[in-house]
Amino acid sequence: MYKFSKNDIDSLLKRICISQDVFVPVRNADKVNYALYNENSAVDLETLKTVKSGKDLFFPQSETLYTCRKDGKKISVEPQKLRDSRFVVFGMKACDVAGVEILDRVFLSEPVDTFYKARRDHGTIVSLVCSNPDSSCFCNAFEIDNTMPHGDVVLTQVGEDYYWETKSEKGDALTEEVRELLLPCEDDSAVKAEREKIKEINSMLPNMNISLKNWGEDENLEIFSSKNWEGLSSSCLACGTCTFVCPTCQCYDIKDYDTGHGIQRYRCWDSCMYSDFTMMAHGNNRTTQMQRYRQRFMHKLVYFPTNNNGVFSCVGCGRCVDLCPSGLNILKVIKKWEEK
Amino acid sequence: MSINEEFRPNIVAFCCNWCSYAGADLAGSSRLAYPADVKIIKVPCSCRVNPMFILRAFEKGADGVIICGCHPGDCHYSTGNYYARRRMKLLFSMLDFIGVEKSRVRVEWVSAAEGVKFSQTMNEFVETVTKLGKNVRLEDLRCSK
Amino acid sequence: MLEMIKRAKELLSDNSVDRVIGWKRDESGFNPEISVFRTAEELELFVYDGFCSANMSKMLINETKKEGKVLAFLKPCDTYSMNQLLCEHRIDREKLYIIGVGCKGKLDQRKFASLKIKGILSVSGAGFDDKNEIVAFKTVYGERKVPYKELMLERCAVCKGKEHRIFDEIIGESEETAFEERFAQIESIERMSPEERYKFFRSELSKCIRCNACRNACPACSCRKCVFDSNNFDSSQKANVDSFEEKMFHIIRSFHVSGRCTDCGECSRVCPQGIPLHLFNRKFIKDINDFYGEYQAGETSDARGPLVSFETDDPEPYDNKGRA
Repeated sequence: MYKFSKNDIDSLLKRICISQDVFVPVRNADKVNYALYNENSAVDLETLKTVKSGKDLFFPQSETLYTCRKDGKKISVEPQKLRDSRFVVFGMKACDVAGVEILDRVFLSEPVDTFYKARRDHGTIVSLVCSNPDSSCFCNAFEIDNTMPHGDVVLTQVGEDYYWETKSEKGDALTEEVRELLLPCEDDSAVKAEREKIKEINSMLPNMNISLKNWGEDENLEIFSSKNWEGLSSSCLACGTCTFVCPTCQCYDIKDYDTGHGIQRYRCWDSCMYSDFTMMAHGNNRTTQMQRYRQRFMHKLVYFPTNNNGVFSCVGCGRCVDLCPSGLNILKVIKKWEEK
Repeated sequence: MSINEEFRPNIVAFCCNWCSYAGADLAGSSRLAYPADVKIIKVPCSCRVNPMFILRAFEKGADGVIICGCHPGDCHYSTGNYYARRRMKLLFSMLDFIGVEKSRVRVEWVSAAEGVKFSQTMNEFVETVTKLGKNVRLEDLRCSK
Repeated sequence: MLEMIKRAKELLSDNSVDRVIGWKRDESGFNPEISVFRTAEELELFVYDGFCSANMSKMLINETKKEGKVLAFLKPCDTYSMNQLLCEHRIDREKLYIIGVGCKGKLDQRKFASLKIKGILSVSGAGFDDKNEIVAFKTVYGERKVPYKELMLERCAVCKGKEHRIFDEIIGESEETAFEERFAQIESIERMSPEERYKFFRSELSKCIRCNACRNACPACSCRKCVFDSNNFDSSQKANVDSFEEKMFHIIRSFHVSGRCTDCGECSRVCPQGIPLHLFNRKFIKDINDFYGEYQAGETSDARGPLVSFETDDPEPYDNKGRA
C-alpha cells in the first residue's frame, strides 16, 4: 500500500496525464460530472455522486459507428477508429464500478461489442471509497461494499491523506508510473478504521439494507401481472432522467445523421421510458406508460437476474431516487412488495 | 479552406413567393448584380418560416440567414407577415441573448417591384456577414468536413 | 392539511368527484409523489407540505381524459398553467373540481447537495401548518437547521403572487415569498458582452443530457407528439451528439412555449443537471412585455396570446441601424 497527501492530487493527475488521458469528476456550472482532466479543471472528489455515472466513459451517450461520404457518384465508407490509447478513470465509487461490471455482462458476452471492449481494454479504473454515503444509497442491498470498491487501484481518503492500494496488473502499471509521488506505507490500520466508520454510517442509513427477497426470478410472472404498477407509475412523466443517470442502463438506439455530404451512423442511449422505444413497423409493443415503467423495473430486478445467475442490474447508487422529477423511484417499487 | 483563400460566406435567403421572390426575379431580369453566395429558398409566405428552418440553416453551414417578405400590409394572405414579424423579432432577440452575432440574421420587406432594393439588401448583407466571418457559434461539427 | 383531506373525503363520499389527485407521503419525508386517491382510506397518505413542488396542471391533461370528475389541489402558480391549458382546450373544465391551496413557497430537494445536507433521516419544519421559518434535518452526520427561504425554489423568489387565478374553493393561507426582481437575472445577462453570454450558455447547456425532463414536465408542452420525437427529423431527440443539438432543442422548445409559458419554473426544477432553463422562457416573456406590452400567460382562461395576434405598428425585427 501507498499513500499521498490530498494536496498532491493535482500533481498526481498531471503525472498520469503525461502518458494517458485522465477522466475525473469536474465541477462545471455547479454540477459535477466526469470530464477529461486538464490543468484548469476544477477537480471535485468530495461530491459523493456525479450527476451522470462514469458509464459514459466506456459506453458514451452517443458515438459514431461509421461514416459514409458521398463525393459525386462515389460513396466511401469510413469505419470508426476504436479506442487505441490508454486512459484512466479516476475516483469512481463502488456502485459505479459495479455498474461497469454489469455492462461487461452485456457487452462483453457474445456477440462482443468491439467499441465497448476497446475502451474496457484500455481503461484503468481508480476507485474511491465512499467516505460519506447518502440516504438515497442502497448499494449494500446488492452486496456491493462501498468500503471496498472493485477497480484496478482503490483509494481511501482518511483525513488529509489518500491511501493507494493496487488490485490488478493494470493497477500495477499505473502505480509504476506515479510511484515517485507515492509514499510506501505498510500500516493499514487507518484504512481499516475508516472502513469501520463508514460501515457504522451504512447501518444507520434508511435504505442501505433494503430487502430484495421478493425480487429475482419470477417464473409465474406474479410481479408482472400485479395491480401495483398502475399506482406506482401514475405520475411518471416519461422523461429519460432515470435511465440516463443510471450506471447500468444499457439500451441504445442506432440512427443516421445526414451531414449534407453523406451520413454518419451513430448510436445513442435510449430510454425505455420513451414512447418510441423499441418502436417497430407494426407499432409499439408497450403502448402505455405503465407498461414502460414496469419494463424498466422488471428488467433490472427480474429479467436480468433470471439471465445472469441472480445478479440484479441495479447497483443502488440512488441517482434516480435523487433526480426523478416526480418523486418516483426504484426504492418505492421495491418497498411496495414489502407491504403485504 | 486555406488562409490565402478569401472567405466567402454561405447565405440562405427565405423569400416569399408573392413579393420577394418576384423582387429577386426582377433584380435578375434588370441585370442587377448580387453575390452568388446567396441561396434563395422560396416559401409561400414569410410566416411559413419556422424558427427551426433558420437554426437548421446555420446547422448545415449557413453563415447568415435573411428572411424576405411582402411589406407589412401587403401580404398576399393579408396578415402572414405580421405574425412573421413578431416571431422573428423574438427569435433574433433570443439568438442575441445566447451570444450569437445578431447581424447574422435579418428580415427585410421587399416587394415585387423592388428589384433594386433586393440587390442592394443582398449586397449589404453579404458584406456584413463576410466581415463577421465563419459562423462557429451555431454550427454542427458533424456537417463541417 | 387536515382540512384538505376532510374536504376531499366529503367530495368523494357525496360522489361530487370520482377521484382525487394530490400528493402522497413518502418515507423519506421530502420526496412526495403525485398520486390518484380513490378512497377515504387511501387519503390517509395524502400530504401537502413544502416539498409538494410539482406543477399539478401537467398531470391533469391526462387525468381529465379519463372517465369521471377529478378533484385537484392547485397552488397559485399551478392555476396560471391551468388557465393556459383551458385556453388551449387541453383540459375539460367540466371534469374538474379545483381547490386552490395556499402556498408559502416550495422547497428544492436538489439544494441539499449544494448545502451539504446528506444522509437525511427525518425532516421537520416544512409542513404546511408549520411556521416555515426553519427546516430542521436529522441526518446520520448530525443535525442541520436551514432557513426555509434558503431552500426555496428559484421560482418562489420571483413569485407572480399568491392569488389563485381559477378555483372552485380555496383552502389554506398563503404567504408572499417574492423577494427578488423577476427580470434581474435576465438583465444581468443582457449586460454581458456577446462573448460572455455565449460562454455562459455554452457552459450551462453543455451539461444537457437530453433526458427531455424539461419538456415532459412543462405544462405548456402539451403537444400529443413533439416535433423532437419525429422519426424523419434530423435532430436526435435523445442524443447529445453535438453541441448544436442542445442549443437547437432549448431555443426551439422555449420558442414553442413563448407567449404561453406562465414562468412556472418546472423546467429548471426538474433538470437533473441544474441548467437554469427558465432563463430562456423568461427572456421571451421580458421581450414580449417590452415589444408588445405587458402580458402574463394564464391570468385568464380566454386571452389571445401575443404570438397569435399582432398590431400593424409592431417594432421591426431589424431597424437598418445594424441592431436586431
